[in-house]
Amino acid sequence: MSRYRVQVRVMPRAALLDPQGQAVEHALHALGFGDVAHVRVGKHLVLEVKAATQEEALAQARTMCDRLLANPVTEDYELAVEATR
Amino acid sequence: MTRVAVIVFPGSNCDADTLAAAREAGSDAYYVWHRDADLRQADVVVLPGGFSYGDYLRSGAIARFSPIMGAVAAHARAGGPVLGICNGFQILCEAGLLPGGLMRNARLKFLSRPAWVRVESTDTPFTGLYDKGDVLEIPIAHGDGRYVVDERTAAELEASDRVVWRYVRDNPNGSTRDIAGVCNAGRNVVGIMPHPERRNAPILGGQDGARVFYAMEARHATQHAVDVRAVGDRHLRV
Repeated sequence: MSRYRVQVRVMPRAALLDPQGQAVEHALHALGFGDVAHVRVGKHLVLEVKAATQEEALAQARTMCDRLLANPVTEDYELAVEATR
Repeated sequence: MTRVAVIVFPGSNCDADTLAAAREAGSDAYYVWHRDADLRQADVVVLPGGFSYGDYLRSGAIARFSPIMGAVAAHARAGGPVLGICNGFQILCEAGLLPGGLMRNARLKFLSRPAWVRVESTDTPFTGLYDKGDVLEIPIAHGDGRYVVDERTAAELEASDRVVWRYVRDNPNGSTRDIAGVCNAGRNVVGIMPHPERRNAPILGGQDGARVFYAMEARHATQHAVDVRAVGDRHLRV
């Protein structure tokens, strides 16, 4: 068994209104960053799992996302897995 | 007497009001702690409002894994009435007992104020004492109240009379099709974002929400009989 570091990026569905992203975008415009567009705010989760292989770690993480970490109705997620020393 | 189980999660804060409203309507209401696994022969289950688990991760996301939720899901599958109010609605969506999900209010602010909803369907265990089209003043108190559902499901909800309440005058949170409450395909599981338990007596500024609770009792007590009951100055069909 090895340890793997899993990073989960959870974002609101592209089709759905992201009022947090809009508020941040307005604030950036107010600061003079006029070229900024399409700001969206999501979540970044980092966790460590023990698994036999990287594929197994990924599969575990996917199950965690489907069951708890992301809501399939409102959010999409992406995963990155790397072995830890 | 209807046995009404009010589920208490860590962070529930409308449990006492909900219990009082159910008792006021004549029900035998009692608390069930979320770590329990037994609903104690409940006829009706109510998931009250609040901030279960501090709304960590997403509102309702962690509460749905509480031990009691297995019994709630079994009760719902058997056709038993389940009502989720505010955070309870969020939990029912997270648990997959209702379609859709609840996201941050479109204008971000937490809103605690009166709202107006129209009763769109009377064919649920909680709206049978209203008339279709009744407009009710019921307070909202939520930050994550924007009901979202994909277009196909929204159309399906409309076509099958499963939009139970809809905001009128204004939509406080930007919900899809002004939806304030929905029910499942079996019509026994119902979610509502506003708080009917906060408008069940004149001393609370109105009693537009009282019939949600009278309906639980009436349905149980008089399945077939026709009765007339006065609530304040209103006569209700029971």
